[in-house]
Amino acid sequence: MTTTLAPPPVKAKTRPTADLTMPGRGPLRFAVYLVLLIVAIAFFLPFLWLVVASVQPGAALSADITWEFSFKNFADVLNVETIFRPVLNSLIISGGTALITVFAATLAAYPLSRYRSRFGRMFLYGILFSTGLPITAVMVPVYTMYSQFELTDSVPALILFMAASSLPFAIWMMKNFMDSVPVELEEAAWTDGAGWFQSLRRIILPLMIPGLTVVFVFTFVTQWGNFFVPFILLQSPESQPASVTIYTFFSTYGQVAYGQLAAFAILYTLPVVLLYTAMSRVFGGAFSMTGAVKG
Amino acid sequence: MTTSTAPRAARIGAFAPALLLLAVFFAGPLIWAVYSAFTDVALTGSAEVNFIGVDNFTTMWRDAQFWNSLWLTLIFVVGSAVIGQNTLGLLIALLLRGRSQAARGLVSGLVIAAWTVPEVVAGFCWYSYLHRDGTLNGILGWVGLDQNWLYTTPMLAVILANVWRGTAFSMLVYQAALNDVPPELHEAAAVDGASAWQRLRSVTLPLIRRSIVSNLMLITLQTLAAFGLIYVMTKGGPGNKSSTTPIYMYQESFQFYKLGYGTAMALVLLVIGAIFSLIYVRLIKVDNL
Repeated sequence: MTTTLAPPPVKAKTRPTADLTMPGRGPLRFAVYLVLLIVAIAFFLPFLWLVVASVQPGAALSADITWEFSFKNFADVLNVETIFRPVLNSLIISGGTALITVFAATLAAYPLSRYRSRFGRMFLYGILFSTGLPITAVMVPVYTMYSQFELTDSVPALILFMAASSLPFAIWMMKNFMDSVPVELEEAAWTDGAGWFQSLRRIILPLMIPGLTVVFVFTFVTQWGNFFVPFILLQSPESQPASVTIYTFFSTYGQVAYGQLAAFAILYTLPVVLLYTAMSRVFGGAFSMTGAVKG
Repeated sequence: MTTSTAPRAARIGAFAPALLLLAVFFAGPLIWAVYSAFTDVALTGSAEVNFIGVDNFTTMWRDAQFWNSLWLTLIFVVGSAVIGQNTLGLLIALLLRGRSQAARGLVSGLVIAAWTVPEVVAGFCWYSYLHRDGTLNGILGWVGLDQNWLYTTPMLAVILANVWRGTAFSMLVYQAALNDVPPELHEAAAVDGASAWQRLRSVTLPLIRRSIVSNLMLITLQTLAAFGLIYVMTKGGPGNKSSTTPIYMYQESFQFYKLGYGTAMALVLLVIGAIFSLIYVRLIKVDNL
C-alpha cells in the first residue's frame, strides 16, 4: 500500500505538526478538542435514554432525570418468559452457528493457506465475493425454499443457514491467521510421517487458539445481534432468540413499559459488550477488523 | 512452495463441510431465487405455482413504489454510508491522531460502543431519542425546534441512526491506514512550505487512497441491505416515506404474500450488491494467493 521509503536521515526531535489535524497549539488545538467533545456528546446522547429509563420505574420516552431509582424494571423482566428462555435460545443459536462455522472454516482454510491450486484461488475469490452479497436480500428466497422443504421454524435449519452465511468471512479470516503460522513447523512433522490432518490438529491448531477465538467470538457476536434472519425463519415464540423477542416486546408493550424495555435491552446487549471488551483487551482494539480490509 | 504428504483427495476433502454448507444454504437460495423470480409463488399456501416469465420484472418496472424504494435506498446509502460514516470516520481518525490517551479512549470508546450494540437495540435508542417526547426534543424544546422527527423527516432520522451505528467501522479502517503513513513525508512537505491543508490533501489522502476505496465498497454493501434499524424505527413509514427496497421487499413478500414478486426484487438487490462486490474483489490485492 505504501511505497518503500528510505529511513529518515535525521531523527525527528519534537514531532512537528504533520498536517491540519495533528496536535497543534493555540486556537487550532482548542477547535480540535471542541469538535471531539461534540462528537463524544453526539454519540453518547442516544444511549442516555437506555441507561436512565432502565432504572426508573415510571420511565417514559424521554431521558428525564428524576431522583427515582430502582432495579424494579430489571426484576420485572428477569423471568423465564421474557429473558431467560430467549437468551438461552440466543446462546444455542449463536453458539451452534459459531461452532459449526469455526469447524468448517478451519478445515477449508488449511488447504487454502498451505497449497497453491487453481481451485483454491477460485474458491478464495468466490469467498471474497460472497462476503459482499447482501444477506437480507437472500432472505425472501431462503424463506420460499425453506417452506418448500418444510424447514421453517426449525432451529437446526436456521443454524445451518446462519453458519453458511457466516462462512465466507470466517474462512477469509481463518486463512489469514493460518498464513501467519510458519510452514516449517509442519515440515518436521511431515518428515516424521504425520498426515495433513494430524499436523493441522497437533501443530497448527494449538498455535491458532487466538485466531480460532477471534473467529468464534466474531461469528457469535454477529449472530447474537442478527434480527432479520430468525425473524423470517422462526415463527414460534418459544424458539425465538432475544433479538426477535425484544422486538416483539417493543411492539407489544413498547408504549407502556419503556423502563422494562430499556432493562431488557441492557441485559440483551451486555454479553456482546463484555465479549467485545474482553477481546479488544486481549487482541488489541480493532480485533474484529482482522482480515477485513487488506487494501 | 510446499511439499506435503497430503494426497490431493484429502485436500479436497477438507473443503467438504464448507462446500456442502455453502452449496446447500448459500448457493441454493440464490439459484432458488432465480427460479422463483419467474413464478407467482405466494404465501397463501396454495400449492399451485405457475411459471409466469418476466411478469414480475415488468410489474416492477411499472411499480412507482418500487422506484420510490430504490431512490430511498440510494439516498440512504449515499447519505449514511458514503457521506456520513465515511467522512465522519475519517474525520475522527484524523482528529484523534496524537491526542491524549484519555481523549482517544473516550471518543473511540463511545463510537465503538454504538457499533457493538445489536441492531434492534440501536433502533430503540434512536426511536426514543427522536420520538415526539424523546431526549432530542427535550433539548431542542428550549430553543423551540422540537418536532416529531420520525414523522417529519423519517429519512434523515434513519440516516442519522445509521451514521451513529456504522461510523466505528470506517474509523477503525482509517486509524489502521493512517498508522501506515510515515510521518517523515509530512515533515518533508512541511519543510517545503506546504500548508496544513495542502499536506492533508496531497500527502495523507493519496497515501490512504486504497483504504478509502475499499472502505467505501464495504460500507456500501453493508448499508444496501439494512433492514432491522429502519424497520424498528419507522417500519418504512409514514406511508412509504422511508421504505427502502429491503423494507418494501419484506412488505410485499410477507404482508401482501407476493413471494415471487419479493424474490424478483431480491434479485435486483443482489445484482446491485454483486456489482459492488466485484469492484471490491478487484480492488483487494489478493497477492498471497
